[in-house]
Amino acid sequence: MRITEKDVLYVAGLANLELAAEETARLVADMDSILGYVEKLNELDTTAVEAMAQVLYEAPETLTLREDSDRPGLPQEKSLGNAPESGAGQFKVAKVIER
Amino acid sequence: MSLDVSRWTIDDVHRALRAGEASAAEICSAAFSRIAEENPKNNSFLAVTEERAMARAAEIDRRVASQEALAPLAGVPVAVKDVILTEGIRTTCASRILGNFVPPYSATAVQRIEAAGAIIVGKTNCDEFAMGSSNENSAFGPVRNPHDPERVPGGSSGGSAAAVAAGMAVVALGSDTGGSIRQPASFCGVVGVLPTYGRVSRYGLVAYASSLDHIGPFGRSVKDVATLLSVIAGRDPLDSTSAAVPVPDYVSTLGEPVKGFKIGVPREYFAEGLASDVRARVESGLKVLRDLGCEIVDITLPHTEYAIACYYIIATAEASSNLARYDGVRYGYRAAGVSSLSDMYRKTRDQGFGTEVKRRIMLGTYVLSAGYYEAYYRKAQKVRALVTRDFNKAFETVDAIVTPTAPTPAFRIGEKTADPLEMYLSDIYTITGNLAGIPGLSVPCGWVPVPDNGGASGGRKLPVGMQLLGRHFDEARLFRLAHQFEMAGGVQ
Repeated sequence: MRITEKDVLYVAGLANLELAAEETARLVADMDSILGYVEKLNELDTTAVEAMAQVLYEAPETLTLREDSDRPGLPQEKSLGNAPESGAGQFKVAKVIER
Repeated sequence: MSLDVSRWTIDDVHRALRAGEASAAEICSAAFSRIAEENPKNNSFLAVTEERAMARAAEIDRRVASQEALAPLAGVPVAVKDVILTEGIRTTCASRILGNFVPPYSATAVQRIEAAGAIIVGKTNCDEFAMGSSNENSAFGPVRNPHDPERVPGGSSGGSAAAVAAGMAVVALGSDTGGSIRQPASFCGVVGVLPTYGRVSRYGLVAYASSLDHIGPFGRSVKDVATLLSVIAGRDPLDSTSAAVPVPDYVSTLGEPVKGFKIGVPREYFAEGLASDVRARVESGLKVLRDLGCEIVDITLPHTEYAIACYYIIATAEASSNLARYDGVRYGYRAAGVSSLSDMYRKTRDQGFGTEVKRRIMLGTYVLSAGYYEAYYRKAQKVRALVTRDFNKAFETVDAIVTPTAPTPAFRIGEKTADPLEMYLSDIYTITGNLAGIPGLSVPCGWVPVPDNGGASGGRKLPVGMQLLGRHFDEARLFRLAHQFEMAGGVQ
C-alpha cells in the first residue's frame, strides 16, 4: 500500500476536511488505487520537457490585461447577501482570539 | 392542440416569430409545458424560472411588435448548467454546500445570451461542481437518460444534454473540463461543443480546474451550436484567460466546401476498450466524410494512454485549490454546533461536500503536498506538454481529427459508481482535448442496440457520438464538417 490511514488523516487536515471513519477507510483504498494508476507517468522520460502550466497561444504579453481603471465593486449589502451570519457590515464567525 | 416546440431549432423560433405564427410567450409556455411533462422523468432541472422567463418573453414580443430586427437568440428557450452564475437565480453547483446560494451577478456568457434575446428557462442538474462522468454525483439526485431511464445521461453536464435531447430547451450552456459537454452530448444524441481554451469567458463559471475548464453550447443541430457559440465567444476584460482573438461568423461559413480537408484518424482511439458497435458507427461516419470529399489518413497520438493519469493529477490539484474557498464564512452552507472557527471549517466542508468532491480534494491536496509536488504535479504538467505536442504535430499534416466521443454508449445508473478509476476511464477520448486546449465537437453518429438487451431496456437503442477535434481557434472548420455531415444524413 502506498497510502495509509495516517496519510489520509494528515491530508484531510491540510484540506480542512473532517472525515468519518468509514470515509477514511474508503479513501485509503481509493487514493491508493488512483495513485497506483497515475504512476504510469513514470514510464516516460520527461527530463528535457518543459512543464505546461497553461494553454498558450501566440499573443503579445500584455494583451490579456484589462485597462487599469476604476470600476464599481459589489455593494456591501449584495456582498453580504449570502453570508450564513453577518452583522454591522461584516461576516460573523466564531470567536478566534481569546482575551 | 397546443404548440409543440420540442424539436424546434433557433431558425424555427425566428420563423414563427417573424410570421406571427407564435409569440415568444407562447413558445416559452410550450417549453414549460414540456418541462412539466418530462422533467419529473429525468430530473434535468434544479430550478425552473418560469416567472422571470415569461416577463422576458413579453419583452421580446414587444420588440417583435415594434418591428425590431431579431437578435440572434431572440425568444429562444435556453437551459443553463447550474455551475454558471445567474444573478438572482439560485445556483447550487448541484452541491449541498451551495444549496442556498443566490449569485449577486451573472456570468459573462449568461449576460451575453440574455443580451442576444435568449430566455433562460432554468438551471440544469450536473455532477457536483462538475466532477463526474455520469451525473450521479449530484446532491439532488441523478439525471436519467431521456432515451433509457435506467441509464445515465453522461456527465458532468448531464442535465443540459438531457434538457436539449428531451425538447425542454432549444439549446443549453454546459461546461467541459474533461469531456463534460461532449460525452453527455454523445450519450443523449445531441451536438455538444468544447470551444478552444480562451474562446469563451469563464467569468462567473464556478471554478473546478482552471487550466482545463471551458463553457460551451449544446443543441439539436450544428447550426444552433454555431449560433450560440458566436454569441458567447470573444474577449472579456473580466477574464484574463479569455483570448483577444477575433470571432469569425461561424454560421455564414457552414455551407462552404469541405472537399480536400485532410482528416486524421488516431489509431490509439480505436484500440482496446472501444465497443465494437460504437466503432462501426464511427467508421460509417468517416465514410460519410470521405463521400463529402475529405481525405482520411491514419495518424498517431502516442501519449494518449497517459492522458487520464495526467488529467487526474492536474484537475484534482487545481480543484483542491479552487474549492478551498468553501469555508462557511461568506456564502453557502455553514455547519451548526461548532466549537471553534477551524472546527466550523472542517464540519462545514465535511457536511457540505459529496463523496467524489472530497475524493478529488484529497487527491489534489496529496499531490500538491510537500515532497510530492515534483513527483506528481510537475510530472503531470510535463506529460501534458507531450500530449499537446502530439496534437500540434498531427495538425501540421491534418485539418481535423475524428474519433469516437466515448468508448461505449450510455451505461447503466450505478454501473460504475463502485470504482472511481473505472468511471474516470469513460473520459478517455475527451480528456486529451482539455489537456491540449483545442476545440472539440461531438455530433450524433447513429444508434446502437442497448448492450444488455433485456429487462425494461429491451429493444431500445442508444445514440453514439463522433468527436471532431481541431486546431486552436479553428472551431469554424469543425462546424463546417459537422454541419455537412449532418446535412448528408449522418449515420442512421
